[in-house]
Amino acid sequence: MKRFNLLTFSVVLISVIYIARLFYLQILDNSYSIPTLNNSAIKAVYDYPERGYIYDRNGILLVANQVSYDIMLIPNEVKNLDTLEFCSLLKITKEDLIKRTEKAIRYSPRIPSIFLPQLSKSDYAFLQEKMYKYKGFYIQKRSIREYPIKSAPNVLGYISEVNEGLIAKNPYYQLGELIGTSGIEKTYEDVLRGRKGVKFIQRNRFNKEIGSYKNGLYDTLPIPGKDITLTIDSRIQQYGEALMANKRGGIVAIEPSTGEILALISMPTYDPNLMVGRERSANFTKLYLDSISRPLLDRGLQAQYPPGSPFKVISALVALQENVITPYTTTTCHHGYKYGSGAGSFMKCHCGTGYPIELNTAIYRSCNSYFANAYRKVIEKYKKPYDGMNVWNKHVESFGLGNYLNNDLSVGQKGHVPDGDYYNRVYPNGRWRSTATISNSIGQGEVLTTPIQLANMTATVANRGFYFTPHIAKHIEGIPLDKKFKIPNYTTIDKKHFEPVIEGLFNVVENPAGTAHWSKVEGIEICGKTGTAENPHGQDHSIFIAFAPKDNPKIAIAVFVENGYWGSRWAGPIATLMIEKYLTGKTNRPLVEERMFKGSIQDEYDKQLLR
Amino acid sequence: MRHKKNNIFLGIDWLLVLFYFILIFLGWLNIYSATVTEDNYDIINFSSEYGKQIIWIGLSIPLILLILMFDAKLYEKYASIIYLVSLISLVGLFVLGKNINGATSWYSFGSFSLQPSEFVKAATALAMAKLVSEKNFNLKKIETQLQSMFILIIPALLITLQPDPGSALVYGAFIFVLNREGLPFYYITIGIVALALFISTLIFGSTTTLLGSLALFVLILLYFNFYRKKAFRRGWINIIGIYLMSALFIFSIDLVFNHVFEQRHRDRFNILLGKTADTKSIGYNTNQSVTTIANGGFLGKGFLEGERTKGDFVPEQQTDYIFTTVGEEWGFIGSSIVILLFALFILRIIRIAERQKTKFSRVYGYSIAAIFFTHFTINVGMVIGLVPTIGIPLPFFSYGGSALWGFTVLLFIFIKLDANRIYEW
Repeated sequence: MKRFNLLTFSVVLISVIYIARLFYLQILDNSYSIPTLNNSAIKAVYDYPERGYIYDRNGILLVANQVSYDIMLIPNEVKNLDTLEFCSLLKITKEDLIKRTEKAIRYSPRIPSIFLPQLSKSDYAFLQEKMYKYKGFYIQKRSIREYPIKSAPNVLGYISEVNEGLIAKNPYYQLGELIGTSGIEKTYEDVLRGRKGVKFIQRNRFNKEIGSYKNGLYDTLPIPGKDITLTIDSRIQQYGEALMANKRGGIVAIEPSTGEILALISMPTYDPNLMVGRERSANFTKLYLDSISRPLLDRGLQAQYPPGSPFKVISALVALQENVITPYTTTTCHHGYKYGSGAGSFMKCHCGTGYPIELNTAIYRSCNSYFANAYRKVIEKYKKPYDGMNVWNKHVESFGLGNYLNNDLSVGQKGHVPDGDYYNRVYPNGRWRSTATISNSIGQGEVLTTPIQLANMTATVANRGFYFTPHIAKHIEGIPLDKKFKIPNYTTIDKKHFEPVIEGLFNVVENPAGTAHWSKVEGIEICGKTGTAENPHGQDHSIFIAFAPKDNPKIAIAVFVENGYWGSRWAGPIATLMIEKYLTGKTNRPLVEERMFKGSIQDEYDKQLLR
Repeated sequence: MRHKKNNIFLGIDWLLVLFYFILIFLGWLNIYSATVTEDNYDIINFSSEYGKQIIWIGLSIPLILLILMFDAKLYEKYASIIYLVSLISLVGLFVLGKNINGATSWYSFGSFSLQPSEFVKAATALAMAKLVSEKNFNLKKIETQLQSMFILIIPALLITLQPDPGSALVYGAFIFVLNREGLPFYYITIGIVALALFISTLIFGSTTTLLGSLALFVLILLYFNFYRKKAFRRGWINIIGIYLMSALFIFSIDLVFNHVFEQRHRDRFNILLGKTADTKSIGYNTNQSVTTIANGGFLGKGFLEGERTKGDFVPEQQTDYIFTTVGEEWGFIGSSIVILLFALFILRIIRIAERQKTKFSRVYGYSIAAIFFTHFTINVGMVIGLVPTIGIPLPFFSYGGSALWGFTVLLFIFIKLDANRIYEW
């Protein structure tokens, strides 16, 4: 028998195994095969386009770019560094130098990383001539944001370096690049950013560049960022911010016929230029850590308040739609509304009428009893309060309340509009009746709204039954606006029911007995509603909603002043002043204006701190 | 007759010569691609490595002629002396050797160096052939086994001391020769079982391997118990004994690996077995070479077009890692062809060895086939990430004069021996 030839067998076996392995490596396994242009043998050099500018609705420049200079460091190339001289030149401490160098080494000893970001022009001029002495350091030009008008930081947002989590999710970004992190910079990042150009360079393993890759076959040119025109009117935006000085709260103004946001104010505010430059991170930390006045919270979009009396508008409309009242239904108010047998079942009222009043009077005197009664009739129209509650909920939500508006703003809150299921959870086994929810009728109870929702509700009333989703972008260079902003959203309330309610709102300002008659502006027909929302954490919030003119309205506004007490004390004058400014370009009430500019509720806020 | 004997090309196997030149040519193309630079691309450029390799290739022609000129009988006659001289050249390194890359493996003559260990392989093959062709050679006898081991151990030991353990490993190739010449199969079986247990212990740990092999042995026992009752009665103690030996072996692997090996040795194994992911320091070479090969894809990037080859990402790419250039620039197709070329080349040597009329020629041929095979298996296996990092050259491909000449001598002595078979009766 011929002896088994082990060597021949092994040669064949090994060849088969090796070819199989090559087949696996070169064809099957994708984890090794890197896309050609991500190969570490090829370096991508990026050419960053200028970020798009941002203008207000009248073409006033809000955000521009300025040149800034970063000091870059390649740790491996540092030689004979005179630490002392270098530190004094850059105005940093030696510890800082060591810390920053260590950070750069951690990132990569061979690849440049930012050593000191965003030098000013004068620092650059001074350093430029001396940098040649420091091997491994060089200055790189970069474009950063500049804000000619110190206003609306919450709307504009800011840009910052991408974090690692985002790089992992979006391969477009590289470490050290900038990205819009909030506001318009965030929602329209893709548009403003443009597209960076890239040049591929072949290099060896020491990262030494040895020529262009495939003669630039894959290179691309940068596409510049597009400019955006906002719906914001910077005049009233700035004016509103001035009126709100030393007060906290939010203002949102909307053009009812388009849904364009004219002003979006959150107080306290800050200078957007703080978010740029060498002190950026220190400034940001300071703002971020201010947990008392919370300047980074956009109160116009994110603060959820009980809407208070302005919500009576909804109560009236729902009751009319459900046919449980007519404009001529009367209720007599005995300084309040008794809705149960217990001593606590009493809702106080300050309307001070005491005689039977119709809807119109109920609105301009802001009578709690009238709307509590009307609300109760709506809920009790149905056999079970559960069903009544759901009908009510459906009507209220059709005004854009209780949910995200789904617009082009980077933040938002849902607010809250309760339904039958909600009360079933609160009172298990369905043991609740309309009276348990009676506070909803006057905008207290379980209802929560954000200022933008309330402004949108006001615009809906101004439009007599529909709204356009509020949005902040008016025009983007070369890109049509999202179609959803051009489709009207109809409420479940018939158009005919709006007129009597609007008449009541008109009387709030016009009628000498109206709750906001003090805020009347000669020559402008303003429809408004005051609100004083009870606040368990301190003084009541001052609220005012308004639109004007009464016919063919141009502006709808909602003003929240935290802890401002009566609606007519702060919110009313501020809202009407802004309307006046917007419609006529000037104001004729210098004394009121003066009081708003100077008025401060800081004492009230300080009191809250002591508690 | 005399006239014919003077023709040095008479009777040589042209197919092997053709294989030789094809492999040398392909090897040089890849060395050129791996070492050419933008400002240094003339083919005749003796300051570059591909230029130097041309000189080595050119000088191997007179070397070949020289080998073919000698009478074939002389190789057998002087085998022992050649072997002794080569051993002396290894010992001489400890006095006169030059240290390159941490190993004293080189004699330096001005601007070029020679590595004697590349030639000792041929000398050892001759010595082994001589030993086997002796009359009383019988591998069933312990005495013969020890003699053969002795011939192999001495050069392997000297080379290990340089230290160049990779090159010493090549002497393991002779196990194929000894097997062919009658070494009982169970030596090989023990080797294979030991290797399997070794790998399994490293991957799955000693406990799992112990239990796994226990299950296997129980199955074998059951098989014998039910189907081979007679054999079972005779053999069950043996089987249990073998199992106990295996268990002992597993424990000793654990002990050696964790307490005798240094961390760098452990790292090499762990990276290969995928137990440690390390792409920066220790696993850098393997990771780079595997990535570079994978980058080739099906058709490859094309000659001189490999991005990673150009970027010089693979360390030692023109020497031990030359196969990465093949992989990246010629793709799956090209590298498979190179593997097939090597396989056919080795199979051809085996075939010719088997047709030899003298034991001496046959054993020599078988030895060089085994040596080429070992180099090929370890080198390519390392580059494609199947074998731990062991630095030995790929025959005819890797840059380096000593290696090229060493392999040339190895091959052409055999071609001469084979050509001489027509005079053997």
